[in-house]
Amino acid sequence: MATPTLDKADKAPEPEAGFADSPYITATFRIRRFNPEVSDEAQWQDFQIEIDPKERVLDALHKIKWNQDGTLTFRRSCAHGICGSDAMRINGKNRLACKTLIKDLSPEKPITIEAIKGLTVLKDLVVDMDPFFQAYRDVMPFLITKGNEPTRERLQSPEDRERFDDTTKCILCAACTSSCPVFWNDGQYFGPAAIVNAHRFIFDSRDEGGEQRLEILNDRDGVWRCRTTFNCTDACPRGIEVTKAIQEVKRALITRRF
Amino acid sequence: MSTETSAIGAVEGVSLYDVDNPAPVIEPPRKRTGKTPKGSRTNFEMYAWLFMRLSGIVLVVLVIGHLLIQLVLDGGVSKIGFAFVAGRWASPFWQVWDLAMLWLAMLHGANGLRTVINDYAERDNTRFWLKMLLYTATVFTVLLGTLVIFTFDPNIR
Repeated sequence: MATPTLDKADKAPEPEAGFADSPYITATFRIRRFNPEVSDEAQWQDFQIEIDPKERVLDALHKIKWNQDGTLTFRRSCAHGICGSDAMRINGKNRLACKTLIKDLSPEKPITIEAIKGLTVLKDLVVDMDPFFQAYRDVMPFLITKGNEPTRERLQSPEDRERFDDTTKCILCAACTSSCPVFWNDGQYFGPAAIVNAHRFIFDSRDEGGEQRLEILNDRDGVWRCRTTFNCTDACPRGIEVTKAIQEVKRALITRRF
Repeated sequence: MSTETSAIGAVEGVSLYDVDNPAPVIEPPRKRTGKTPKGSRTNFEMYAWLFMRLSGIVLVVLVIGHLLIQLVLDGGVSKIGFAFVAGRWASPFWQVWDLAMLWLAMLHGANGLRTVINDYAERDNTRFWLKMLLYTATVFTVLLGTLVIFTFDPNIR
């Protein structure tokens, strides 16, 4: 039993007399629902909520889950664009729900939200990330060195650090990989995220496993499948120049041979 | 969870699926698992990729030159006949030009189609047979064209 004040906070405020310039608007969220325990078919469901357009899509999803339909399922952890849990396809583009403001989505029209593509949808917006992380593991995303371990930290010049700075920003949200049309058609392709994380070590002056990683990516399912459609660069919520990183790996492979 | 509160109720009658008997999920094509075979350790894909770029540049010159000579300059398409072809192939320069165009265009196109098949054919069997068909057609066309260019007899009757 909620107190009247709590009740009021739960419900979106009515447009009250005297508060004509209320920041709240009514926005429609069209969410692709799938629940294998009920039906084998996914379907769109509309939710109308009162929300401040300066809030984020994740806030809207919270409002829906907490106030309207508790069965709505999605992933989120930090809610501030670092954990990479809440990548989803919003208005047809892969974005992080926690970094997308509603005012940027033309909220007068219904805002569509669906799971990222190319991975198995388990429920509503939750997908099976195993193939994605398998590709990540397959490029060996860890420091590989020979010889004895130094007694102090491995030093690196600022220029050497700058070489791979862009690709260190990856948060493994899968927004790039699941926006890649090659990955949609063939899950054997490593995908942009795995190549970005290989790039991070290939161009690290402290690492000595670059040759191995290049060999792994020098394959039918590696960098040569990239069609440079730039979907990944557009999708990356961290602003990584993903396609450029892939091209740099290609160039490293070619210059290694000739 | 009762079905009437959920968005996804049974459309008509009872639902076929419940907690103990969930619906099958839709797997993506050819998803990567721990058992995915490791790479072939050859440079074939790299050379194929390079070939596409280099042959593309050469083909721009060859094909545009070819089209200009055949269709635009000096009377256009109406001048083309047996005699015109015979006259051109009397010169080794045009023989080499046409041979290069034939080989580069066929291999360029075949490699492009190979990547399309790799992208779009889901089942390994479909993939294999489509590629076999493609390779057969390519080899046949390239060999036949080469044979004609080298054994062309202007006095044939």
